[in-house]
Amino acid sequence: MIPAAFDYHAPRSVADAIKLLGQLGPEAKLLAGGHSLLPMMKLRFAQPAHLVDLGRIAELRGISQVGNEIRIGAMTTEHELLSSKLLAEKAPLLVEGAGWIADPQVRYKGTIGGDISHGDPANDHPALMIALDASFVLTGPKGERVVKADGYFLGLYSTQLAADEILTQIRIPVPAAGSGWSYQKLKRKTGDFATAATAVMLQMKGKSVAKAAIGLTNAGPTVLKAREAEAYLAGKEINDASLNEAARLAMKICNPTPDQRGDADYKRAMCGEMTRRALQAAHARAKA
Amino acid sequence: MSQTAELKEREQKLQGMGTSLLRKEDARFIRGQGSYVADIKMPGMLFGAIVRSPYAHARIKGIDKAKALACPGVVAVLTAADLKPVKLDWMPTVGGDVQAVLADQKVHFQYQDVAMVLATDRAAAYDGVALVEVDYEELPAIVDPKKALLKDAPVLREDIVDKKDLTHGPRTHPNHIFTWEAGDKAAADAAFKNAPITVREEILNPRVHPCPLETCGCVASFNKATGYLTLYVTTQIPHLFRTVLAMLSGIAESKIRVVGGDIGGGFGNKVPVYPGYVVATVASIVTGVPVKWIESRIDNISTTGFARDYHGVGELAADKDGRIKGLRFTALADHGAFNSHVSATKFPAGLFSICTGSYAIPNTYCRVDAVFTNKAPGGVAYRCSLRVTEAIYLIERMMDVLAQKVGVDKAEIRRRNFVKAEQFPYTTGFGWTLDSGNYHAALDKVLKAVDYEGLRREQAAKRADPKSPTLMGIGISTFTEIVGAGPTKVCDILGVGLFDSCEIRVHPTGGVIARLGTMTQGQGHSTTYAQIIATELGLPASDIVVEEGDTDKAPYGAGTWGSRSTPVSGAATAVAARKIKDKAKKIAAHLLEVAEGDLEWEIDRFKVKGNPSQFKTMKELCLVSHTGNLPAGMEQGLNAVAYYDPPNLTFPFGAYLCVVDIDKFTGEVKVRRFYALDDCGTRINPMIIDGQVHGGLTEAFAVAMGQQLPFDESGNHLGNSLMDYFLPTAVETPAWETDHTVTPCPHHPLGAKGVAESPHVGGIPCFSNAVIDAFAHLGVTHMDMPHSAYRVWQKCNALGLNKR
Ligand SMILES: Cc1cc2nc3c(=O)[nH]c(=O)nc-3n(C[C@H](O)[C@H](O)[C@H](O)COP(=O)(O)OP(=O)(O)OC[C@H]3O[C@@H](n4cnc5c(N)ncnc54)[C@H](O)[C@@H]3O)c2cc1C
Repeated sequence: MIPAAFDYHAPRSVADAIKLLGQLGPEAKLLAGGHSLLPMMKLRFAQPAHLVDLGRIAELRGISQVGNEIRIGAMTTEHELLSSKLLAEKAPLLVEGAGWIADPQVRYKGTIGGDISHGDPANDHPALMIALDASFVLTGPKGERVVKADGYFLGLYSTQLAADEILTQIRIPVPAAGSGWSYQKLKRKTGDFATAATAVMLQMKGKSVAKAAIGLTNAGPTVLKAREAEAYLAGKEINDASLNEAARLAMKICNPTPDQRGDADYKRAMCGEMTRRALQAAHARAKA
Repeated sequence: MSQTAELKEREQKLQGMGTSLLRKEDARFIRGQGSYVADIKMPGMLFGAIVRSPYAHARIKGIDKAKALACPGVVAVLTAADLKPVKLDWMPTVGGDVQAVLADQKVHFQYQDVAMVLATDRAAAYDGVALVEVDYEELPAIVDPKKALLKDAPVLREDIVDKKDLTHGPRTHPNHIFTWEAGDKAAADAAFKNAPITVREEILNPRVHPCPLETCGCVASFNKATGYLTLYVTTQIPHLFRTVLAMLSGIAESKIRVVGGDIGGGFGNKVPVYPGYVVATVASIVTGVPVKWIESRIDNISTTGFARDYHGVGELAADKDGRIKGLRFTALADHGAFNSHVSATKFPAGLFSICTGSYAIPNTYCRVDAVFTNKAPGGVAYRCSLRVTEAIYLIERMMDVLAQKVGVDKAEIRRRNFVKAEQFPYTTGFGWTLDSGNYHAALDKVLKAVDYEGLRREQAAKRADPKSPTLMGIGISTFTEIVGAGPTKVCDILGVGLFDSCEIRVHPTGGVIARLGTMTQGQGHSTTYAQIIATELGLPASDIVVEEGDTDKAPYGAGTWGSRSTPVSGAATAVAARKIKDKAKKIAAHLLEVAEGDLEWEIDRFKVKGNPSQFKTMKELCLVSHTGNLPAGMEQGLNAVAYYDPPNLTFPFGAYLCVVDIDKFTGEVKVRRFYALDDCGTRINPMIIDGQVHGGLTEAFAVAMGQQLPFDESGNHLGNSLMDYFLPTAVETPAWETDHTVTPCPHHPLGAKGVAESPHVGGIPCFSNAVIDAFAHLGVTHMDMPHSAYRVWQKCNALGLNKR
């Protein structure tokens, strides 16, 4: 329960952090809130020789709107997401989702950037990012690139981020007015990861769905975008039949790993159930 | 001021029995001023960290310490070979077995202690652990106790393969520990043969862990110059611990000091003597400097005293109205790799034979077969007396099974079988004398409070509505506990009787110090004992200091477990206080120049009968007792010690009712209501009782709904961190409604019984009964704990209840 020895670095700017990553090479790990990394280090599953702490880089924090886009610094904590007036108004799905993460202690330290970068399909932000159609700003020695959340997650603990890059910012297009939203998460207890969870953004046109975006948490080796369910719903009314079919299509792409939360059958069924409930709740909130 | 107002004010000043005095200990705890073993720092102290086995069953072919010894900060690496010269490589267990302190040639369970690395700081010790190279040859493991006694089962304990008997009767297989029986088998068999109704159900109490917030640990400090050993340790039994240390080490018991300090919860987990303590002690004896060893959470859950793992079969025989005519309960007990299961010498299966519960049942028989498996040893009483949860779970589940078979209501089946109020004292088929009880009244009060019939009507309506997204279940548990071990004629551990003690010293100004052989772990002893003394002696509780846990200060006692503190030490406290009061009365009579018989006690003073202006307050008497103005021949002082050997155990009881709503589509169980009526006899501090009931119910909820230690087929732990192991927080804990009746214990000086374990023992079956009741109309009588959403969903799914 005691990590192996490591050196600690605390750069004050993104540029310095990137320089350090270059100098220290693959033995270095970025440290954000530490609530995924430190448990792994305590179990000695991870034994980085260097930690580069992003905690003192002011430019990595904060939530703002620029044009039609919400920009969130990677080091913004879950607690800050939860208390943001801007998000509550413009992207309430993110606030609802953050509230389902861990417990207050973890949320004071854990960051949105760390949650995304960890590449764990059990984390909640990836599905929220998929539903919100977010993009990520990756900053490296050669400058910035912006990549879409859809396609960013490659596998368990694996993303498009290169070893010398830092996720610096999350960009979310402001959802269309009247969009409905919901994050439905089934978990065993406070502080638990999802048995299954579904994030939904829903735009209605009259009685039918104009657009649905659906992200599935802990349903496979990465977050899953329920494309078939999204496509199916377009133009449909939300009723028992369409909910059942959308849930079925979401379940079809699940490949969950059995663990103490349940076997694959249960988790798949719960993915369907959460999808159904998230669509229902989003529908109830949507204004045509 | 009127006379009654004046009396009331004097009484209130004492804050004695019956008042909800705030806990004296909390001021310290809530300010972070507790002092736990992990807080202790001593000059030159070394840290020990344990190398643990990755395998459940393997031969150790070699241990290479070289790399670890070369690690900066590492001072030594101890293995079984190093303990051999001091004969501490193996230690005897309370169960009549021996246990490897550090694995000797073989490991018998995953995470077993293999070596201890000593280093100058904790981090270096763990670096050293990672560098100790152990060469293992993996062996087939036994995980399922039902396979332990198969003919071709691997032999686990080669070290005792020739032992025909582990002090509890003949062994029939190398993996067999004992078979224990009670009751009358022939009579029970005959009752079953003739009964119009019989029921049988397999009932599992899965392997769980008490998981106290503070893990186990110690600081051992041996002074080579004086030969004194001091051990600061997380223990519920400081005095017995010292006795064990003396037996193990050969150091005179008078030269060993065991200090309990603040303990962050025990729940039975801190009763045993663990290998880590022993190795740390040896390490300090060898190095001459203090050695600290503190468990991680994973160590704690994986290796220290688990609970339960009782695979039971319940059978009841009844007449056509459900009046029980016979009982046969058996259990297969998985004791893990060594029989270090905690029990009193004469009770290898604990108090399992309390399994007739609150019911008048003739023709009873029970049997427990204990076996070895490749799991951690132990078997502690998790918030209960030894094996009482298992026993009561069986009978309370079986009452429901019987009700379903007979077709009567689950409250009614209990009423028909209760021991009636006028039958007390009532001796059960297994020979326990239930001293007091009033079961019908307790159940009726609960049913009325919750509008039971209304609940059943609501349930019937839900069952009739196929569109209802939820199932509703109502659980009842009307349990009788057995606590307060115990009469020395039947109860001992390692030959030491389970009496307990209290020493009271009264100082000239009325300040009191009381020292006891028990050990608080959060029960509020400093408050409860002070209140007993306050009432008995008429001195304010605020000026009464209670000390426990330091064997140099406190008189000998068997510690705190099995709800024994109030039944045994609470009684000792009353008896010691009464000795003091008797002496004070003599002094008062002397001062007032009357006969003792002319005096009467009133709250805080002795008054002359019929002449109320003539009195001596206890406070005055405290001072006088330290002067020369005493009756002829009397010694100074107002001190007393009492050693209390209880004439019987105590039998608290209760009636609980739980309402659950189950989400058919996720399997989530929501506890809508939990109503707990407890009868613990005289109530000393109602607030502390409520707190204990809340805690016990919360742990019952944890066990029933989520706790289990899961293993794979190779004996690998699948859930030994708090990621998986369920410790409910305030968020998932239901709201508790508490109530009480008062049926004083006739043989306890204060009429008190224990209470802290009742809610755990009575709560678990209540939750299970509620969950299973939700499916009862579909013929379901069996569902294993824990009732996780996953498990409950599987039941819904199997029954097709989750179809849309
Ligand atoms: C008890 C508990 C319960 C939890 N429950 C949940 C839950 O329900 N849902 C959930 O989503 N999470 C949960 N978590 C995880 C928690 O939210 C973590 O905080 C989060 O996953 C990681 O964020 P962090 O800021 O702590 O990152 P760290 O732990 O510091 O880092 C995580 C990883 O990301 C990398 N990294 C961090 N920041 C960046 C960056 N800006 N650019 C590139 N790489 C970076 C690190 O190098 C590391 O590999 C839980 C954690 C705990 C301890």
